[in-house]
Amino acid sequence: MKIFNIFPETVFSIGPVHITDTVITTWFVMVAIITICYLATRRLSIKPSFCQEILEAIIEAMEKTIKDILPLDPWLVVPMLGTLWIFIGFSNLTGLIPGLKTPTADLNTTFAYALISFSMTHVIGISTQGLKGYLMHYKEPTWLLLPFHLIAEVTRTVALAVRLFGNMLSGDMIAIILLGIVGLLVPIPFSLLHIIIGLIQAYIFGILTLVFIAGGIKAKS
Amino acid sequence: MDAKTVVISVSIISAAIVMAIGGYGPAKALGKALTEALDAIARQPEASDKIMRALFVGMALIESIAIYAFVIALILLFANPLIGYILK
Repeated sequence: MKIFNIFPETVFSIGPVHITDTVITTWFVMVAIITICYLATRRLSIKPSFCQEILEAIIEAMEKTIKDILPLDPWLVVPMLGTLWIFIGFSNLTGLIPGLKTPTADLNTTFAYALISFSMTHVIGISTQGLKGYLMHYKEPTWLLLPFHLIAEVTRTVALAVRLFGNMLSGDMIAIILLGIVGLLVPIPFSLLHIIIGLIQAYIFGILTLVFIAGGIKAKS
Repeated sequence: MDAKTVVISVSIISAAIVMAIGGYGPAKALGKALTEALDAIARQPEASDKIMRALFVGMALIESIAIYAFVIALILLFANPLIGYILK
């Protein structure tokens, strides 16, 4: 185990495409999520089983959170944003399994997520109020603020990516450094903290995306 | 001391300074945000959902400053562009 692997390591390559360990862990996460959902939704019924009840509670919680912030039909956003939430949450927690690298502790992954969130903001803004109506929100208080709006578009996307990356990487690094110093039992509270931070960061990623979407929409009314 | 030693030692010291200063400000800001939010919840417990949500978003935005400092420290330590420039 390397002490500080900030950069992803190439495991094998197909032609010019390098398959890094991040990609393999991401595949692992996808398989895990799909398997859990398949097993839990195999026998759906009106009187829900335990697994079905948990899944329904998660979906309803996401729907309620979105409904509180967004003045739109929540099911416009739930499929995409819910996927982001669940996927980032699972990805953040994979670092707890020994031998696996957190996929979100790689800047490429988090930038991909941030680009998804960036394009989601514009697609939903344009599809709900038309291209012209959406572009109007850039001149919201006055025309003078237009450059700042444009800068904010870039910086907030970069900030989303770097925030997730930095949090997950720092959690991993703290665990590794403590493991090198003391070894037994002392890293456990920090791993527990890492669970909380991972879930909170997934939540925050989704909430910030939601706030950006709402910011593009509320300008009309 | 040759140029490489100077660059490396200055990078290490400045990474420590970056983390120290970059952690101080956000830590104070996070503490202030948390105390204000707790005050608001104590005064108005029925609004705690909204306050907590705003608190989370605000804390994420404040914390990102510390994260920027952390990333810059990491760049200085592990991906320093100046060392490659010196070695060339």
